Amino acid sequence: MTMAILKEIAMQKDYLQGELIDTIYFGGGTPSLLSKQELHEILQGLKSNFKITEQAEITLEANPDDLDISFLNELLSLGINRLSLGVQTFNDVVLTWMNRAHRREQAMKCFQMARSTGFDNISMDLIFGVPIESYDLADDLEITLDLSPDHVSTYQLTIEPQTVLGHRQRKGLLQEISQEQAAAQFELIISTLEQKGYQHYEISNFALLGKESHHNRGYWQQSFYLGLGPSAHSFNGHSRQFNVAHNAQYLAAVQQGVLPHKLEILTRSNQINESIMTGLRTSRGLDLGYLQERYQCDLQREQGPYLQELITNNFAEIDENKIILTRKGKLIADQIAADLFIVDD
Amino acid sequence: MPLILRMENIRNFCIIAHIDHGKSTLADRLLEETDTVSDREMQEQLLDNMDLERERGITIKSHAVQMDYQSSGTAYILNLIDTPGHVDFSYEVSRSIAACEGALLVVDASQGIEAQTISNLYLALEHDLEIIPVLNKIDLPGAMPDEVTDQIVDLIGCDPQEIIRASAKEGIGIQEILEAIVNRIPPPTGDPQAPLQAMIFDSVFNSYRGIEVYFRVFNGTIKSGAQVKFVNTGKTYDADEIGILKLKQEPCDEIQAGNVGYLISGIKVAKEVKVGDTITHVDRPCEALKGFEDVKPMVFAGIYPVETSEYEELRASMEKLQLNDASLVWEPETSAALGFGFRCGFLGMLHMEIVQERLEREFDMTVITTVPSVQFHAIGSDGSITIVNAPSELPEPMQISHVEEPFIRAQIISKAEYIGPIIALCMDKRGVIKNQVYLTSDRVELTFELPLSEIVFDFYDRLKTISRGYASLDYELIGFRKSNMVKLDIMLNGEKVDALSAIVHRDKAHEWGKRLCEKLRQLLPRQMFEIAIQAAIGTKVVARETVRAMRKNVLAKCYGGDITRKRKLLEKQKKGKKRMRQVGNVEIPQEAFMAVLKLD
Repeated sequence: MTMAILKEIAMQKDYLQGELIDTIYFGGGTPSLLSKQELHEILQGLKSNFKITEQAEITLEANPDDLDISFLNELLSLGINRLSLGVQTFNDVVLTWMNRAHRREQAMKCFQMARSTGFDNISMDLIFGVPIESYDLADDLEITLDLSPDHVSTYQLTIEPQTVLGHRQRKGLLQEISQEQAAAQFELIISTLEQKGYQHYEISNFALLGKESHHNRGYWQQSFYLGLGPSAHSFNGHSRQFNVAHNAQYLAAVQQGVLPHKLEILTRSNQINESIMTGLRTSRGLDLGYLQERYQCDLQREQGPYLQELITNNFAEIDENKIILTRKGKLIADQIAADLFIVDD
Repeated sequence: MPLILRMENIRNFCIIAHIDHGKSTLADRLLEETDTVSDREMQEQLLDNMDLERERGITIKSHAVQMDYQSSGTAYILNLIDTPGHVDFSYEVSRSIAACEGALLVVDASQGIEAQTISNLYLALEHDLEIIPVLNKIDLPGAMPDEVTDQIVDLIGCDPQEIIRASAKEGIGIQEILEAIVNRIPPPTGDPQAPLQAMIFDSVFNSYRGIEVYFRVFNGTIKSGAQVKFVNTGKTYDADEIGILKLKQEPCDEIQAGNVGYLISGIKVAKEVKVGDTITHVDRPCEALKGFEDVKPMVFAGIYPVETSEYEELRASMEKLQLNDASLVWEPETSAALGFGFRCGFLGMLHMEIVQERLEREFDMTVITTVPSVQFHAIGSDGSITIVNAPSELPEPMQISHVEEPFIRAQIISKAEYIGPIIALCMDKRGVIKNQVYLTSDRVELTFELPLSEIVFDFYDRLKTISRGYASLDYELIGFRKSNMVKLDIMLNGEKVDALSAIVHRDKAHEWGKRLCEKLRQLLPRQMFEIAIQAAIGTKVVARETVRAMRKNVLAKCYGGDITRKRKLLEKQKKGKKRMRQVGNVEIPQEAFMAVLKLD
C-alpha cells in the first residue's frame, strides 16, 4: 500500500499547482497502524514532490491502543507535531457497546504519555448522544477537562443503516435520542468547554487559543487539498475527485499507472452552497462579501427577508457583512444552510 | 361469409360474477373453446386489457366479443358482453345487462354468493335474462359445492341440476356451458325491417380513429355509410365504419336486429357517447330506448399538480383522460394553499383512485388529491337549493335554512357471525338498519340506510377487516335528507388551510378535528418555530395540537468527502422543500393534504 501511495504522490505532484503546503493529515481509517518506516517513506515522498512549509501542521489520527512511548517518540522524530486521539468516550460500557478496542484507563494513559513525550498539540474526538443508559456525558467532559487537550472534536452518534447499530435500530432494539436530548447534550458540551477557555470555532470543533486545526480550516475555506490512498478526496476549487473505496482496486490501478478516481465538477451553485454550508459552521461566519466577489452572488438581495427573520429570531447575527450563527442557530445549522442554498432548476 | 345469420342463431349473454370469482378466466376459456382466439394470441385475462384493470382484478371498462359456435350441426353466433364488477359502475352494468338475453351467474364454490353478485343478478332478473348458474373453482380444495349449490337454489329458485359445475382454470365444464348458452338462452327478438333502434352499451377511445361505439341492435338494420343520430344527445354522424367484434374488429356492411357491433364515425370526445343512448337513422328515426341515464358523479375532490408550474400540463392530461372516461367531470378551482387545480367529480372512490393512478401512469403527473366529499345541498330559507361540491362552497349557517346530504341504501352480505360488528360499524357511520334476511343458515343480508359521505372514506376497508374479508357491499342512492352538517376548518398558526377543510356532521366534528390534528402533527415536519394546528367550526376551536420547533438539525463532521455528501443531502432537502406548499409561514408537505384519507 505504501508503494502505491508513493506512486500516487508522484502522479499527482502537480495537482496543487505548486501551492505551499502547510498541513498534512494522516487520517481516515487507522493510520496509527502504519510503521515508523512507512510513515517516513510517505513523508519523504511528499517532501520531494511538494513545497511543504517549515512550520506545517502534521497530524496523525490514532487509536489510544496503538500508541506506546517508543512509537510516540518515533512520531515526534518524524516531524509529526499534532495527534488526534479517537477517544470517543471514557465509559467502558459504551466503548464495548461501540466495539472499540481501547478502555478508559488506556485512553487516559495514552494521552498523558503523549504529553510527556512532548506533543503540545493534541486533539481528542468525543462522541455524544449515545442512546444507552450507562452513557454519561458530564463524566466524559470532566475527564476531558482534567486531561486538558488542546483541541476537542465532538460528534453526535449517528446510526447508519448498513451497520450493526443500524440493524439493531431496525429490530427496535435501539432508538436514536430525541432532538431535545441531543440539543441539551450539545449545549452542555458547548457551555462546559467554553467556560474553560475553548473556542467553539466550528460546529464540531473546539480549540484553546492558537490551537485551531489548520487542516480542518482549509476544508471550510475552500482551500485546495490532495487526498491520497483508497477513498481519499481531493479538491482544486472547481472539482472534487475521489479515489475508489476499495483497496485491491486502488492498488491494481495505481500499479498500472492509472489514477482510480471519479471526478465531480462543482457548478457555480454547488460551490456557493458549499461556501454557505461550511461558512455557517464556523465562528468566523459566512462571508457575504466573499460570495459577492467570487460568485457575484448577492445573498442579501436573494434571501433578505429570510436573513432578517434569522436575526429577529436570534438564530444569527450579522457582523462586518458576515452571517454568524448564534448558539441557538448553530443547533439547526443544517436547516439554515439548506434554506439559503441556491438550487438550479 | 355467412355473416347475416338468422336471429334464432344469435345468443347475447353476459357474465355476472364477484371480483375474483373467475369471470375473466371463464371468458378466456370460452374464447379458446370456440377458436375465437388461438393459443398463440392467448393472453391471460383477455377481456381486461387495461393494465390497471388487470392489477386490480376488476373490469373497469366493459367490452364485447363475438364467438362462432357449432352445436348439433347448426352454426351460432355468441356475443359475450363484458360487465364491470364494481359498485362505482353499476349504471354501466345495467346497460350491458340490458343488451343481453341471458347471463352466466358465476359463483366461486369456495366463497359463495356476494352482495355485488346479488345486486347484478337482480338487475338481470329485472331485464328478464335467462340465468345459467355456474359453480366455478370446483377443483379447489376449499370448494363447498353442495353448500353453495343450496345458496344458488335459494336465491334464484332453480333446479340444482341446472347448475353447471366448472373450473375455468382447469377447463372443466366449458363445453357444457356453451351448450347451455345455445339451448337455454332465448334468441333475440326484433324486426330487422323496423326503424333502427340500437343501444350503446360501451365505448372505447382510440387515439387514431376516435371513439369506437359498441352497440346492440334491437330493431332495424344499421348499414355502413348511413347517417345516424344519437337520440339523447341529438347529434348526428356518418357511420364511416361498422363491424362485428371478433377478437379484432371485422368491418362489415350491415348489422341486423339482435346482433352486436361497433361503429366508428370520427367522434373525438367521449362525452358525446353516452352509455344507454339510442342510435337510430336520421331519415327514419325511432323512439329512444328506456333506461337511459346521465351518469352523475357521487364523489368530489380537488386535484392539484404537485409542482404549481405544471397546471397547464395537468389540464392537458385531464382533457386527454376525459376522452375515454366520459364519467369524469371537472372544472377549474383555486385554492389559497394549493394554487390552481381542478374540482373533479367521480363515480365513487375507486373511480377517483383510478383517475389518480392513470394521471400518474399514463401522463406522468404527480398530483395532490384533497379531501373527497359528496355533493351537499344547502337549502335557503326560501327553499332554493345551492349545490355544494366543495367545502368552500358551503354558505355561512346564517344564510341558509339547513343542509341536505345524499343517502344510500346499502346491501351487505356476510357470514352471520360478523353481524354484530357490521351493525356497530354502520351505526357508527350514522346508519339505520332496515332489514335483515338469512340467505342460508349462516349467510345474512343486511340492509342499511346510510349517508353517502360516511362510506366515502374508510367504510369498505373497515367492513372487510371486521368481517375478515367475507362481507360484500352494494349500494344505491336513495335521495337527499336533512342533516346537521358543519364546515370544519383547519388552521396552521392561525391561517386557514382551505384544502384541508371538510363538511362533516356536527356530532362527529370534534372527533374528526381531533384525529385530523393528530395526524397532521405527525406529518408536518418540525420547523424553526412552533406550529399550532387547530380545528375550528366557525370561530370555535374544537381541537388543537402543536408541532414543536426544531431543536437540533446539524450533523457533525464536515471534512473532505463529507462536504460533497452533506451538500448533496441538503440540496436534495431544499429541492424537496420547493415541492411543499406554504400557508402563512408554515410549509406543508404534500402528504399532509392526503392526511384525511389516512385517518384511522
